[in-house]
Amino acid sequence: MKWLLLGIVIVSAVLGDLLQSREMKIAGQNSGRMPGAVKVLRLIFERRYLLLAIVSMAVSFFAFLALVQTEPISFAVPASAGSFVIETLLAKLWLKESLSGRRTLGTLVVLAGILLVAR
Amino acid sequence: MLPSGVARVYRLIVLVTVLKPLSNLFLAWGMQRMPNMVSEHPLYLIQALFEPLVVIGVLMQIGWLLLRMSLLSVADLSYVLPVTAAGYVLSTFLGRTVLHEQVSVSRWVGAILISAGAALVVSTPRITSEPPRTAQ
Repeated sequence: MKWLLLGIVIVSAVLGDLLQSREMKIAGQNSGRMPGAVKVLRLIFERRYLLLAIVSMAVSFFAFLALVQTEPISFAVPASAGSFVIETLLAKLWLKESLSGRRTLGTLVVLAGILLVAR
Repeated sequence: MLPSGVARVYRLIVLVTVLKPLSNLFLAWGMQRMPNMVSEHPLYLIQALFEPLVVIGVLMQIGWLLLRMSLLSVADLSYVLPVTAAGYVLSTFLGRTVLHEQVSVSRWVGAILISAGAALVVSTPRITSEPPRTAQ
């Protein structure tokens, strides 16, 4: 049960984050400035992929709630960070973000830290 | 002194980083006070939404989500993820001090590595890609 919940947390978080990043980047480009909380709320109902992102995040959230009931937070939080690697790779491949040497090194150091914390 | 737009982005990064571990703390705290029935039926999760500590955690999560979406409009996902990972350090600290969880030496070393990695990434350009051409 623990690993099934963790899998749901990770997969739905990856989908939610990628869609959010894609849609919010478009919104930021269209308006030319960083939107406030009210504008973000309006965008959720205007952009269907953003709505899908929120549904994915909600699934991830409820799976996380179930996970922290039986597992310590110091396991649940870092273990669910498995999404970190997948999201970074997909950010490069799908969102065409550039991973410079310094960003890649920093990301790998963060990943090493997460793996240590999750032990 | 930083331009106001840049300062606003950094303020947002700090808020997003701090709000998530705080909300996780309230959620974990609230869930641990509930009877262990979620594994029997997922519908018991709805009942958890009436536990006051879980409600506080949920409200903080909603705030975190909106602020993070705003941040994603001006920064790459591959920038936001490692930079806000500094929140894991705070989660570890809160787990130890508030929930009295055991935190091993390797977890503290991991927390330091996360902070170092986040510091490296924060020094890279926030945005490196053009948004997709399709507007909807």
